[in-house]
Amino acid sequence: MSETIRGKAFVLGENIDTDQIIPAEHLVYSLDDPSEKKYYGRFALSGVPVANSGLPDGGVAFTGENSYESQFAIIIGGRNFGCGSSREHAPAALQIAGARAVVAPSYARIFYRNAVDGGFLVPFETEEDLTKAIRTFDELEISREQSELCNLTSGKSHALKPLGDVADIVQAGGIFAYARQKGMMS
Amino acid sequence: MTITEKILAKHARKNRVEPGDNVWVDVDILMTHDVCGPPTFGIFKKEFGEDARVWDREKLVVIPDHYVFTSDKYANRNIDVLRDFARDQNLPHFYDVGTERYKGVCHIALPEEGFTRPGEVLFGTDSHTCTAGAFGEFATGIGNTDAAFILGTGKLWVKVPETMQFVFEDELQPYVMAKDMILKIIGDIGVDGASYRTMEFAGAGVQALDMEGRMTLANMAIEAGGKNGVIEPDQVTFDYVDARTNHPYEPVFNDGGAKYHSVKVYKSKDLEPMLAKPHSPDAESTVWQMRDTKLNRAYIGSCTGGKITDFIAAAEIMKKQSVKIDTYVVPATTEIAHGLRTIKLHGETLQEIFENAGARIGPASCAACLGGPQDTFGRLNGAEICISTTNRNFPGRMGSKQSQVYLASPYTVAASAVKGKITDPRDLM
Ligand code: SF4
Repeated sequence: MSETIRGKAFVLGENIDTDQIIPAEHLVYSLDDPSEKKYYGRFALSGVPVANSGLPDGGVAFTGENSYESQFAIIIGGRNFGCGSSREHAPAALQIAGARAVVAPSYARIFYRNAVDGGFLVPFETEEDLTKAIRTFDELEISREQSELCNLTSGKSHALKPLGDVADIVQAGGIFAYARQKGMMS
Repeated sequence: MTITEKILAKHARKNRVEPGDNVWVDVDILMTHDVCGPPTFGIFKKEFGEDARVWDREKLVVIPDHYVFTSDKYANRNIDVLRDFARDQNLPHFYDVGTERYKGVCHIALPEEGFTRPGEVLFGTDSHTCTAGAFGEFATGIGNTDAAFILGTGKLWVKVPETMQFVFEDELQPYVMAKDMILKIIGDIGVDGASYRTMEFAGAGVQALDMEGRMTLANMAIEAGGKNGVIEPDQVTFDYVDARTNHPYEPVFNDGGAKYHSVKVYKSKDLEPMLAKPHSPDAESTVWQMRDTKLNRAYIGSCTGGKITDFIAAAEIMKKQSVKIDTYVVPATTEIAHGLRTIKLHGETLQEIFENAGARIGPASCAACLGGPQDTFGRLNGAEICISTTNRNFPGRMGSKQSQVYLASPYTVAASAVKGKITDPRDLM
């Protein structure tokens, strides 16, 4: 897992639940078969009401029609990101679409665990809510080492909370890689 | 230590843990279902090898329940994946669709089959796994990767949560149910009010509930962001568990000096029938405040609102009445479906009461609680306004994004079905 993540911002509101991240009707595709797996990228964040999709203006699709990948690498969310069901398909769908990090003031804990333990994407927490400070399409750069997010479009910087206890699992790339490093499994 | 801290300490083989500690715990039961089982088994094979064996086949419970009665080919294939895995691993606790063993909704099937026991640690690949906390155990939902890790190792890391205690003094008024208690709490603290924490339910009002009422409370801890819900076990718990299993267990209780994040006290006698308005479980209202709101669908079912006591409550209201709106009744499990056919209220079975009132009864499963494929029983396929005993009303949760869902108790849903608009059950009596 590299120390810097760079890419375009996709901004969402509060309480983005897993049904909005990947609606339940799409949970049937296999995650092991590449010809089906890509549909998770296609439908990632397709449950978000249009007006709230890509703030402040809304109306921006995370993944375009006829596409399986998103142009957005960093999701900026409000508090309680990822609430709702335990479906790991949620962080997986965001990763399959091409997202590499989420930045939010707080997370639902199952989403947070899944993102970290599955090595899907890095969930950064912030003191302040950045959903008003950052606009969809802004170019961002996250430095893990400095726990900082730079908005290259606006020129402003924002502090991220250090990853704390889970930094080792994030660094290893997930719970399995971590357990192997620690000699817990072969 | 609190009950949650004590259970985690014991399973981490430590004398003491503090909130915030990360500990590796031994797992007593792992549950998975048809949506998350196939990817979990995929990760397990990828990480531990095609021929790997699960850590303990007695401790794995596989319960298909989500997308069961559908012609959707992917959904049916998922059930085939469970079958293959259960056969390869020679699993004793697989409740296959289309067989005598088929159960229905996992969180109710687990207690019915004796897998929820005081003092234990239970993980499941479903967020409502917290339901089992009603039995005085640590139970929480996890993702597929964590579940696959347990399948291979029998262990998982947990951050010890702080405990918020919710005390209900005295007993509830007539026509007020456990569902109203938990909707009140969620409305008060919000959908992230208990994030990363334990919600412990206590007091005379909680002790007066039967196990099904307690399960309704613990079930919706996740709707306030809680890591787990828990209720100290007592004779009611032991009687239920002992009737279902002879597996030994060691109950755990709060220490006198246990430290809590916070304690919130409610007077049960002041509690009224409650609602969560569209589109969030914390959009709190009393039923009375929203009375007469027009509806065109009622739904009684799910792990939180499709248990036998839920149907007895609904039948009390619907007896000798007819519904004014499309009303769907979905028992959580086959055992409950059997209860609908056999339990009588004033000479009629529950099933007869519902059918005579004009409600439709579906087979035991999750059904439209989470929308599901287009042909799912009771699914909201358009702009319906539904009142439901389920636990989530996020946009599109029960199907179409145009639909709206009000969450309420079985009494309130039945009364509203009969009137065709939001109705306080006490107004009908
Ligand atoms: S009944 Fe609803 S909430 Fe319960 S397990 Fe099934 S889908 Fe989830």
